[in-house]
Amino acid sequence: MTSMFVRRTTSVARKEVLHLLRDPATLFFALFIPVLELFMLGYAIDMNVRNVRTVIFDQARTQESRTLLRAFETSEDFEVIRSVQTDEALYEAIVKGDAHVGIKIPEDYSRRLQAGQTAQVLILVDGSVSSVAAEAVNVGNALALRESLRMALGDKPLPVESRPRVLFNPDTRSANFFIPGLLVVMCQLMATQLTANAIVKEKMNGTLEQLYMTPVRPWELILGKSVPYLVLTFVEMVGITVLMVIIFRVPIHGAFVTLLAIALPFILTMIGAGLWISAKADTTDAAGQLVMGTVMPSIFLSGYVFPVDSMPVIFQWVAQVVPTTWLIDASRGVILRGAGWRELWPHAAILWSMALGVLAASITKFRKHL
Amino acid sequence: MGAAIEVRDVTVKFGTVTAVDHASVTVHAGEVFGMLGPNGSGKTTLIRALCGLLPLAEGSARVLGYDVTKEAEKIRAAIGYMSQKFSLYSDLTVRENMEFYTGIYGLSRTVATQRQDELIQLTGLGPYIDRRAGHLSGGWKQRLALVCSLLHRPKLVFLDEPTAGIDPVARRDLWDLLFRLSAQGVTLFVTTHYMDEAERCNRVGYIYLGHMLAEGTPAELKALPGITPPETKRLEIVGPDTSALLEAIRQKPGIHEATIFGQAIHILVDANITARDLGVDSVEGVKVETAEPSLEDVFVTLSRLQSAKGE
Repeated sequence: MTSMFVRRTTSVARKEVLHLLRDPATLFFALFIPVLELFMLGYAIDMNVRNVRTVIFDQARTQESRTLLRAFETSEDFEVIRSVQTDEALYEAIVKGDAHVGIKIPEDYSRRLQAGQTAQVLILVDGSVSSVAAEAVNVGNALALRESLRMALGDKPLPVESRPRVLFNPDTRSANFFIPGLLVVMCQLMATQLTANAIVKEKMNGTLEQLYMTPVRPWELILGKSVPYLVLTFVEMVGITVLMVIIFRVPIHGAFVTLLAIALPFILTMIGAGLWISAKADTTDAAGQLVMGTVMPSIFLSGYVFPVDSMPVIFQWVAQVVPTTWLIDASRGVILRGAGWRELWPHAAILWSMALGVLAASITKFRKHL
Repeated sequence: MGAAIEVRDVTVKFGTVTAVDHASVTVHAGEVFGMLGPNGSGKTTLIRALCGLLPLAEGSARVLGYDVTKEAEKIRAAIGYMSQKFSLYSDLTVRENMEFYTGIYGLSRTVATQRQDELIQLTGLGPYIDRRAGHLSGGWKQRLALVCSLLHRPKLVFLDEPTAGIDPVARRDLWDLLFRLSAQGVTLFVTTHYMDEAERCNRVGYIYLGHMLAEGTPAELKALPGITPPETKRLEIVGPDTSALLEAIRQKPGIHEATIFGQAIHILVDANITARDLGVDSVEGVKVETAEPSLEDVFVTLSRLQSAKGE
């Protein structure tokens, strides 16, 4: 009986590999899209705000006003693209999108300084790009504060100085933050999509109906179909990691094997999700929509882009039941923080319980649809 | 073993819809049994129920001696199934499709190879062995599907409209193949819409809107008392413009049934009706002869009687 089980299951797995090899388009997109995303996120997207286009309106035209403006220019955060001569022109430049920041130094700037009064600097910030706005406000405040201190203290040292030291990602590079998360999201997309498609295609072609008439058992079919996609997903995971280390110079501080081990229950969960989708969907298009329906919340709620800590409390709870949250945390843990089993065993435990739950539910659902 | 399939008073329901209604039928071991009936009358549902894929709401059924409800897995290991739609893998070659199914039936490598060779010999698939299944013509696809359903030497094969949509030559070839299998002792349960195929079956069943209306050899069915009731007779009218003739004949009294069969009209009329009563005796080129009922006449009459009963 065991040999029957092995024969049937390997036969399904072998066939599935043949399908993959015969369909280069699927294989290409499955492997190429993640690499494309990797390069996009690694090179193009930089969450750190630099070189914000800035327009200045210097009404004062004094020694002091020029000193302040130079501080802005040399800060790397701002890039002065031009000077204007009216309030309207300053405002217009931001509305048109030429600049995100407008700095106006009023006529009485130097006069008030010399009189010992508070001199004001107007900083117009384009709030439609929120991350740039927040950064511009911060840097603007910091520069003004520094100027104030410099004037107040003269040559005396600062009484208090903050010396921040960023652990694990000292340069606060976006790639280090994004790629460990991307790794997880890509594995999720691939495992779910390929599994769902593999079964829905058989449904569409009538081959599933034919298989039901044979002695093959539902879980032999599921196991045989899952194994090739499980292996492919691991291959992809290793591939992205290799590119991450070699091209983007993101060092791995922990043991990568630990991460692979924690990824196993995660991928099984996603294969389970794919199965569940395949029981619901009758066409590959419908399956694709459902897959996106599961992937989108994972991207937004898992801390992949937006930190879980800054979400409203209710979403923080939801994030705890999203499997992606746990593997992304484990991924950043192993790669960036050098975490190991001692820190990450709860992640593995939670993901295993999710995997067993989702697989059991979807196999039951799958059987009912026979 | 006497009966390959024994269906006793079986009802199959989809929710509130009754797809098969208290049907009984017996298929003897080794025979070619033809199941006929309009689309949606329950043929495919019955096959699925006999493979244990649908629960029986009422009644009992045994396939190859196994109980359908309790021993479905044993049944599925012992039967073959070929569906109306091509349901093999188009992107796999003929050989790969065969190998997949030998694995699914758990055959050992030696048995698998031997069986594949036998069936390639039988069906003549040899020259196409490395061709993708999707690139085969309709007839060859059906042969491949048949081969895949025969790899494990099933004693019984269900063929659900195996010849739908393939050309006449391929259709004939496939039937020759079926009779060769039958000669080897394989029981065949075939659903079809083609009357000539039905005529070739050892025995035939007719299912209409979930009701099994008749079962027997083609000759037995034609001799059923309800088909040509007492005081009536069957005539065949051959003439040039059959549709115009049919219109005219339908207006006359004493006509129970009138159906066009190609160049002829088959009618069921009161026994005393003559060609003169039909008004066709003087029409040039029209011949009227007494006729035996064809199987199609049988099914048309059975359907009409059943509908009348329902009203």
